Amino acid sequence: MATPAADLRSYLDQNYPRISARTPEGVMAPLGGAWRLWWRLGLLRYLVAAAVMIAVPFLIEGGAVPYLEGAAGNTVLFRTGIWILLALGLGVVVGLAGLLDLGYIAFFLLGAYTTALMTNSGASDQFHFATWPTWAVLPVAILVAMAAGAALGLPTLRLRGDYLAIVTLGFHEIVRQTMNNLTITNGSRGIFGIPHPTFNLFGINYEFSLDPAPYWWFLLTPAILLAVLMVRHLDNSRVGRYWTAIREDEVAAAAMGVPVTKMKVLAFVIGASTSGLAGWIYAVQINYISPNNFPLLDSILVLSAVVIGGLGSISGAIFGAVLVITLPEFVREASGGETILGFDIETGRIAIFGLLLVIVMIFRPGGVFAARRRRTELHEASAVDATLAAVSVDESSSKERS
Amino acid sequence: MDCNTALIGPLFLQGIILGSLYALIALGYTMVYGVLKLINFAHDSVFMVGGVAAFYVFGSALGLTEPLTGFALIVALFGVLMVGALASASGATLLERGAYRPLRRRGGARLSFLISAIGASFFATYLFQQDFLLGAGKRQFPNLMETSGAFSAFGSPVNNKDLLIVVAVVICLVALDRVINQTRIGRSIRALSEDVVAAQLMGVNVNRVIVTTFLIGGFFGGVAGALYGVNFANVAWNMGFIPGVKAFTAAVLGGIGNIRGAMVGGILLGLIENMSVVCIGAEWANVVAFSVLPLVLIFRPTGLLGERIGG
Repeated sequence: MATPAADLRSYLDQNYPRISARTPEGVMAPLGGAWRLWWRLGLLRYLVAAAVMIAVPFLIEGGAVPYLEGAAGNTVLFRTGIWILLALGLGVVVGLAGLLDLGYIAFFLLGAYTTALMTNSGASDQFHFATWPTWAVLPVAILVAMAAGAALGLPTLRLRGDYLAIVTLGFHEIVRQTMNNLTITNGSRGIFGIPHPTFNLFGINYEFSLDPAPYWWFLLTPAILLAVLMVRHLDNSRVGRYWTAIREDEVAAAAMGVPVTKMKVLAFVIGASTSGLAGWIYAVQINYISPNNFPLLDSILVLSAVVIGGLGSISGAIFGAVLVITLPEFVREASGGETILGFDIETGRIAIFGLLLVIVMIFRPGGVFAARRRRTELHEASAVDATLAAVSVDESSSKERS
Repeated sequence: MDCNTALIGPLFLQGIILGSLYALIALGYTMVYGVLKLINFAHDSVFMVGGVAAFYVFGSALGLTEPLTGFALIVALFGVLMVGALASASGATLLERGAYRPLRRRGGARLSFLISAIGASFFATYLFQQDFLLGAGKRQFPNLMETSGAFSAFGSPVNNKDLLIVVAVVICLVALDRVINQTRIGRSIRALSEDVVAAQLMGVNVNRVIVTTFLIGGFFGGVAGALYGVNFANVAWNMGFIPGVKAFTAAVLGGIGNIRGAMVGGILLGLIENMSVVCIGAEWANVVAFSVLPLVLIFRPTGLLGERIGG
């Protein structure tokens, strides 16, 4: 235990206990090894979460959620689910590894376009170069998004936070414009006729259709739960602690033996994976994609979702995604086309959202669900404020100069 | 790939003009970054406010429709730029008061400043989309000046609007360079960007300098907004977004926090964007413009001229 790396690890283990430390393993011990594994992974909680999630579309169908009812409500639910996946992935990049990514929707776009180009889309033999079954493209879409994550991560690793932000923003625009200009993607007109997934299992033959309710949500539920499982366990693993160390002080982390380069690329790759999955689901549900479905504004919105929810927090990412998608819908429905002093609430809902962003940031700078680990850091981590408040002279100035 | 060499002259000129506008907007990003180490994401709406205010005063209130000549024209042009500049400067000050200062007092993390800026930008931009302010479509900017060819450069005619932009931008840039390098407030700004704590100990009033920085950045953003209106003959609620992103890219390209870097980066980006049309095609201009940035940053990680705010 004498090496610095081992010291760091034992320190982190003590202060940030793994999930296992909180579960009543003793109670379940007589049930045998399999149960213990279930507890350790917290899988029962996921079963409960799955049950709750599956109930949501029925509640919406039944009109239990005000303003979001029936088919329209389930369309919003579907978009919310997609955005939860996006926020979870971006949460890994920004919240865990601390890399500011302003072009995250580019990976989503690539996942969707991969799906469109590799399935039997378009009217005849256009707009695709393979005619794979819909399900077979799913892993490809995820892999393409992950590869793009590596492609973006590798050359930009040397860049500091704000430089990374503008480069990723540019990356989004590069990818979007490319899809806008190529012939195989049908340019700005977009690709139509992306086939819906079908399955034939246990004698049940089912084809998903444009109808949003509620079966698409049943496809999103396991995807979201898997993403949560992945992020949660990464955060509590050695990789998660490496990311924490890099986020807090890259130089010190490197000195302690953290493989900084590898971990940063890994954050981009893992972060991109959920957006590839989301891109596949989005493309096969909506049937039609064009570059206009992936505006630069969405990259900014998904970052807002992650930060407003709370960096590094899974419930925060989910909350942020739900807020970003449903709040404007609520405002639209609740206003019923009314105007207050000439302010049209329906068209002005993004202005309201903007105001809300400012207010939340002023009163809860760490986000609504600030992560436990993060909350302790925020007191000292702010580079801007630490310098201005002149609290810790040496620390902030060393950070600025790095 | 076949190159259309006949386009080189006119596009070079277009590049310089567009680049000058980028440079002027980039000042707002780069100055705030130099002092606060913060991406002033709401600067695009500050730019928009300048153009819109000039439109209100000269289009709606004064109702100018006929092009002016002689002394009246000079007064009107100066007025347009000043109205835009003052409106944007007040907008930027308001932004600092409303979205940044409360957060600074409460000790937000860097990212919360960014999100607050994004929120303020959404708020301002979509507020102007409302019918009682500007409405959803483009609005025609009063045609103050009859477009006429002044002289010829790079094998293409230069009209008086091009000339106006270049002259106005050069005056602004020289003036700012003087202010930053030779006045007391400029010294305070430089001191703050070097080391906040030391500047404070030397008696620099941090809050006042920060507000001044926003004010100066907003002022030039407003001039750019008014110039945009005069040159493209329209203003719109969302006119700031694309120029804002480009100007921010330009600021990073030249070295963010560095005022001369913003000038170099702006002109360079405008040129690259336009020259790429010659050989590659107009639809790829944005792709080229955004690809240049990572390429430059790989070799010069802090931009072409580095991060120092002074000269």
